[in-house]
Amino acid sequence: MAEHLLRTAPDLVAMAAPSGSAGAFSGPHGPRPRHAFSRRNIFIYGTLALVAVYYLLPLYVMVVTSLKGMPEIRLGNIFSPPVEITFEPWVKAWSQACTGLNCDGLSRGFWNSVRITVPSVFLSIAIASVNGYALANWRFKGSEVFFTILIVGAFIPYQVMLYPIVIVLREIGLYGSLWGLVLVHCIFGMPILTLLFRNYFASLPEELFKAARVDGAGFWTIYLRIMLPMALPIFVVAIILQVTGIWNDFLFGVVYTKPDTYPMTVQLNNIVNAVQGVKEYNVNMAATLLTGLVPLVVYFISGKLFVRGIAAGAVKG
Amino acid sequence: MTPTDAGRPSRLFRNLNAKIASIPMVLTALVIFVGGTAWTVVYSFTNSKLLPRLSFVGTTQYERLWAAPRWHMAVENLAVYGVLSLVFSLAIGFLLAALMDQKIRFEDTFRTIFLYPFALSFIVTGLVWQWLLNPDFGIQQVVRNLGWESFTFDPLYNADIVIYGILIAGLWQGTGLIMCLMLAGLRGIDVEIWKAARVDGIPTWKTYLFIVIPMMRPVFVTTLVIIASGIVKVYDLVVAQTSGGPGIASEVPAKYVYDYMFLAQNLGQGFAASTMMLLSVVIVIVPWAYLEFGRRRRHG
Repeated sequence: MAEHLLRTAPDLVAMAAPSGSAGAFSGPHGPRPRHAFSRRNIFIYGTLALVAVYYLLPLYVMVVTSLKGMPEIRLGNIFSPPVEITFEPWVKAWSQACTGLNCDGLSRGFWNSVRITVPSVFLSIAIASVNGYALANWRFKGSEVFFTILIVGAFIPYQVMLYPIVIVLREIGLYGSLWGLVLVHCIFGMPILTLLFRNYFASLPEELFKAARVDGAGFWTIYLRIMLPMALPIFVVAIILQVTGIWNDFLFGVVYTKPDTYPMTVQLNNIVNAVQGVKEYNVNMAATLLTGLVPLVVYFISGKLFVRGIAAGAVKG
Repeated sequence: MTPTDAGRPSRLFRNLNAKIASIPMVLTALVIFVGGTAWTVVYSFTNSKLLPRLSFVGTTQYERLWAAPRWHMAVENLAVYGVLSLVFSLAIGFLLAALMDQKIRFEDTFRTIFLYPFALSFIVTGLVWQWLLNPDFGIQQVVRNLGWESFTFDPLYNADIVIYGILIAGLWQGTGLIMCLMLAGLRGIDVEIWKAARVDGIPTWKTYLFIVIPMMRPVFVTTLVIIASGIVKVYDLVVAQTSGGPGIASEVPAKYVYDYMFLAQNLGQGFAASTMMLLSVVIVIVPWAYLEFGRRRRHG
């Protein structure tokens, strides 16, 4: 199975690459368009436009709901644009929304998520890139066995390993802390990232490595001076993959942190699905948008690289 | 390929830096993946409650699990969600990809629109759709305001159809990715095939059905594995959208595990349920791996 993945992962990454940059792939296949308003075109663009509306509607509703006051929401319909635009729900979601007894808003969750995501992304990629490099260029007895276990392990449902990790974290005194969660993200990011880097380093010409060896460069020198600079695109893909994946995580956040250190997704869910109090839908939608903003920004900035990142990440499932 | 340091006396210290760099991998593989899985399976045969205890009770936990209506509901929901989400995401993903492959304009715009939900977390997805499907303010009310007074569309508040409400949200979030994978698969097909089919006068739909789709088998297999391994993990979406309600109508196995392990303080049940999840993955993955490798080995 590992071998299969080794083969499919780079394919997927390559496949998902934009058609223009991947010379190996041909362009669109349909016949050349003839009339602008032929029946065929109306059908194609009509269907695509309809589906696009379906995909955009939730985002639109989120935005307009978050800009309305509660009286307007009670009276009007969710699709109508706000009559009177108010930013109060955003302020409230950020700094006043309550979870349990705490009423300091989503900002706490936001900063927790930042403090979780930044070290997790950095550490997981550092570990996996060095590891992938070792697996590609410095194989030792048993390295492939461990790697196969790692890849097969990526298919094990997280639920099976949740509690053993609680015990491990408790033993090393990290249970409930941000660093405990960082460690968990490093562990579960390892299979896909190691695969990504291993395949990338293995695809580089071997002469490069050999020449450096002849010149007397060692393990770390070759990694820092030759491999690292050459792997920058794959680092970007890994960063996109990890930032969105870790920011969007809910399960590990809720299991391995305490209310004080809850990441944004967990806090958001607690705010919106709180049973007590009057439901303020506009505040809820503002909070939801705020939580989705970071991955959305990453998505729109990174564009086609994002597609590559998630195609690589999709192998993780 | 493996460099050897002849000067070193012990084999253990040979290639030492690579071994040091691999320590995190070795620890993860052995302690977490192998050790953790074995640990959970062993403890699923104990009657651990608040804390794990090694007092074996045979298969009692499994008997209790399969006697629980809540677990039955969870498994049934996962089956319905799984089958429908497989069928629909493959069908919609492929159709959208086929439409996108017709030399259309604004391809990048459409792709950006179809894919952006995938950047959002399941929590965000679940909460948006909870709001859209809210019977008092959401789609149902909007249609009623248009004059169709008896219109009913409240999947999240109807135990019989709640899983379809979750499916709508799940498909919204995930089909963009499937479309991208399928589109990449379509682009990988040689132009000559299309030309030949056109010369032979084969209608487009027949070309897709009998030539292109069979040629895209590897893409379909990979996509299938991706969707399937995502389905087993469905958890956040349900928690955000319905919290398993109304009643227990939208429970899923992953939620059952979490609730028993961390809320009901009945670890044994949680371990047994998670072991069943593992078993279901093994049942799906092993035949697939066998087929893939059996085939590969025969053909070299």
